[in-house]
Amino acid sequence: MRAVRNIWAVTKRELGSYFSSPVAYVFIIIFLMLSGFFTFMVGNFFARNEASLASFFLWHPWLYLFLVPAAGMRLWAEERRAGTIELLFTMPITVWQTIVGKFLAAWVFLGLALALTFPMVITVIYLGDPDGGAIFTGYLGSFLVAGVYLAISNMTSAMTRNQVVSFITALVLCLFLVLAGWRPVTDMLVNWAPAQLVAAVAAFSIIPHFDSLQRGVIDSRDLTYYFSVIVFALFTTGVILRSRRAS
Amino acid sequence: MIQAEDLVKWFGPKLAVDHVSLNVKPGEVLGFLGPNGAGKSTTMRLITGFLPPSEGKIAIGGHDMENDGIAARSLIGYLPENAPAYPEMTVAGFLGFSAEIRGLRGRQKKEAVTHAVEICCLEPVYYQTIETLSKGYLHRTCFAQAILHDPPVLIMDEPTDGLDPNQKHEVRNLIKRMGQQENKAIIISTHILEEVDAVCSRVVIINQGRIVFSGGPDELRTRSRSSGAVTIAVRGVSESDLKESLTALPNVDSVAILAKNDGRIQARAFPARKDGKPDLGTARAVAALLREKNWEFEELHTEKGRLDEVFRAITISETPQKEGAE
Ligand SMILES: Nc1ncnc2c1ncn2[C@@H]1O[C@H](COP(=O)(O)OP(=O)(O)O)[C@@H](O)[C@H]1O
Ligand SMILES: [Mg+2]
Repeated sequence: MRAVRNIWAVTKRELGSYFSSPVAYVFIIIFLMLSGFFTFMVGNFFARNEASLASFFLWHPWLYLFLVPAAGMRLWAEERRAGTIELLFTMPITVWQTIVGKFLAAWVFLGLALALTFPMVITVIYLGDPDGGAIFTGYLGSFLVAGVYLAISNMTSAMTRNQVVSFITALVLCLFLVLAGWRPVTDMLVNWAPAQLVAAVAAFSIIPHFDSLQRGVIDSRDLTYYFSVIVFALFTTGVILRSRRAS
Repeated sequence: MIQAEDLVKWFGPKLAVDHVSLNVKPGEVLGFLGPNGAGKSTTMRLITGFLPPSEGKIAIGGHDMENDGIAARSLIGYLPENAPAYPEMTVAGFLGFSAEIRGLRGRQKKEAVTHAVEICCLEPVYYQTIETLSKGYLHRTCFAQAILHDPPVLIMDEPTDGLDPNQKHEVRNLIKRMGQQENKAIIISTHILEEVDAVCSRVVIINQGRIVFSGGPDELRTRSRSSGAVTIAVRGVSESDLKESLTALPNVDSVAILAKNDGRIQARAFPARKDGKPDLGTARAVAALLREKNWEFEELHTEKGRLDEVFRAITISETPQKEGAE
């Protein structure tokens, strides 16, 4: 109970911080504009002539590459800059409670930005007769991808005081997750790497797990993938925070 | 209440804290003194559990910091150096958050926050964001956070830093009261020596990570060269005569002439010392000399000793210090 209350206190505080600065609103507006731009301009939403959000979700793993590290880079860097990390870690709260609390706050924030794309749903319902299940799993997949990127950004934010370094490191790591299973990359690897290695690298990829949710399939293996990456990244965050304090 | 045994802290190759032990009982206010870079803040970070020590043990109210950190930390109120606080939060939000992490909810939380706000006089800025606060208010906001949950242990790193003289006075009285009346175990670090007299019941001085003095403020003062020294001012006496007669007294170790004008001489007789303690008969001996010689005198008093003098003596002489050595 104590743990849940502590996590909730951190989450609430962190969410409050997001919305007390204009950055949050700017972030949401940029997210909505870019997702609209990709869907209608690049994704040819109308030309597809089908009542589905496939062209909308398609771009999310790419869009998040920039937006999520930008949202996550401040998580620990700010805490260090203001010196409040010294307050936080001398209060009766464990390191993992603060990590989870911060992660949840940022994830809820991203979820909120995602929820604000609801006019897309109204549009496809208006235009045709979409598959409700696919829309739901599409949102779920998008939200989980954001969660994975966020956990990674949380980790890189704990590594460095410098927000730019944190942003770039997170971006590169997330890009790896996207590209690892991407055809051009695997094709290139196949030419010189052993098949097991290609398979191992491809197994890290987030895209196959994203695609299957887009098709409306909820597979426990996909969920396991998302949650293990999140748990791993958050766990590593804890290790980093502990070791950085020790020195 | 606070037990720190043999703390050692290395930062890479740098030894910041070198076998420091501190024991503070309820009702005690320990003044933790030392020049800049002596290791005061680092020691406090070890005691509050922010940094793990390289060696040594910390227990707060019997709870081991390493194995039972949550219980140990819940007994502590901590004011870190420079009073950090979340800049984008309001004072109300910040104190509310601190109260929640301290396990206070509902009415308890409200009462605790109201009480702390009252003590720290934060009413005028209660709904203001922290980044817009003046330094004094910022400091008191962080102070409020530290005392909010009425902790039996208070650790304050330079609690009066950056306050104006009136605020300093208030904060000192507050700390003193919390020690004497509320029976808390308190450690404050400072490099302001008047603070020691104002609030501390015990003093520990560290220099380059090592404890170089531990004792009461009065004990510290008697270490001063001028403690027990007798200052006199006489008229119509030659300087050499005065010096010779004073030095001839068995209680007097040496004599210094402080001022000379219009035939008035002010001199100070430093007492002979036994085990570092000044000879208490010096004043009587000097008075007897004045009477015997029938000298006309305008001034005769015994010096109490000066803290800044001891502080300098202890922290400079024991180890030749290199400035700016990181
Ligand atoms: N995180 C750190 N990494 C490396 N050195 C440090 C760190 N914190 C403090 N120090 C060094 O330890 C010494 C003691 O510092 P500190 O405890 O802040 O002194 P004080 O508070 O007495 O002024 C200083 O020489 C300082 O440079
Ligand atoms: Mg300091």
